[in-house]
Amino acid sequence: MKDIKVLGPGCKRCQTTEDMVKAAAAALGIEASIEKITDYAEMAKYGIPSTPGIVIDGKVVHAGGLPKEDDLKRWLQA
Amino acid sequence: MNTIAASLGQARKSQGIWFAGIAIFVTAWFVLYNQLLPFARWLVTQLPITPGSHLASSVEFFFYDTPKVLMLLTLVVFAMGVVRTFFSPERTRALLAGKREGLGNIAAAHLGIVTPFCSCSAVPLFVGFVSAGVPLGVTFSFLIAAPMVNEIALGLLFALVGWKVALTYLAFGLSIAIVSGWVIGRLHLEGWLEPWVREVRAGEVDLEDEHLTWVDRFEAGWDAVKEIVGKVWHWIIAGIAAGAFIHGYVPAELLSSIMGADSWWSVPAAVLLGIPMYSNAAGIIPVIEALLGKGAALGTVLAFMMSVIALSLPEMIILRKVLSLKLIAVFVAVVGTGILGVGYLFNALFS
Repeated sequence: MKDIKVLGPGCKRCQTTEDMVKAAAAALGIEASIEKITDYAEMAKYGIPSTPGIVIDGKVVHAGGLPKEDDLKRWLQA
Repeated sequence: MNTIAASLGQARKSQGIWFAGIAIFVTAWFVLYNQLLPFARWLVTQLPITPGSHLASSVEFFFYDTPKVLMLLTLVVFAMGVVRTFFSPERTRALLAGKREGLGNIAAAHLGIVTPFCSCSAVPLFVGFVSAGVPLGVTFSFLIAAPMVNEIALGLLFALVGWKVALTYLAFGLSIAIVSGWVIGRLHLEGWLEPWVREVRAGEVDLEDEHLTWVDRFEAGWDAVKEIVGKVWHWIIAGIAAGAFIHGYVPAELLSSIMGADSWWSVPAAVLLGIPMYSNAAGIIPVIEALLGKGAALGTVLAFMMSVIALSLPEMIILRKVLSLKLIAVFVAVVGTGILGVGYLFNALFS
């Protein structure tokens, strides 16, 4: 069970990122709890200067712009 | 069918094919671009409009500028999309953290032009910078330069109005960002941030290095074209329609008496008018082009443009989440004064 957080205030890119994470997890058959974090103070704690960000099991793996699908699968499998 | 799709997919990954494709595209672009004016004239003669009338001149402006601006925009956005892959907010923050004011403000203003971030990232970016030890004034230089010196507006100004105006816009936009940030830093307003911002102590982020190939960079450029041109084209059409109206119908005497260099009140009026107006930078350029063509003073027009782009209500509402109202007021006052100064200076220099 992976604990995944998508950080972003709710713009279109952040929404797309969340959908991509869900799709990738489903495609790989990985069980994951995906949480969207929209609170700025909460987001700031992870220290990312640009959104959308992805945090997997407490580790920031991505910040700023849409992730690449290949990278996403690699992070999920790590 | 599958083999075609597969070989297309492979072609997308080939650097040589990208370079060749770009070369062909740019050549076709220039050939087409040179045909636009004759084509617009021919199109107008095909319509039941009296030649030489106000309407004919408006319609010609519209037919000529619409493809022209859209073509220029595509080229500029692609080039900037590629350039931006060399920068990221993470790298910019690392460069600016711990920099002293002065030099830090200068570096921040320049980085503000080329660092990519989407508008909904403004708050995380601000908090991320401040909590990583970038001085408040330096952070402001970055945040002011980013919308004020819009790289797309710069490219369009360069192509439509000329390099002198484009360069002066760049120089003055940078100066305002540097000086405003420096002034805000001198005022020591850290206490005016919203309390939670001061308390955030961000953890270190250690992202793996992304190794980008040229193909990745070109694809990023192409993604930027799809996204930005897709998002702003209606602003541009609206801007060109407004420009076409000014070009055809507004008498030059009227405009130069209102927006000319001789009327001292025109600069503050232009700035005030620009604050509630919110337009995409690309949409405002055709209006600028038409205003300048009718004898409006350069300083007044640039002040108007900077005010529309840099002092926007939606942005202030977003920033309210991290800044107190007092700090936003200081921000508007400092930047507004800078824009006023630029307007007057320009009118004095170029009249």
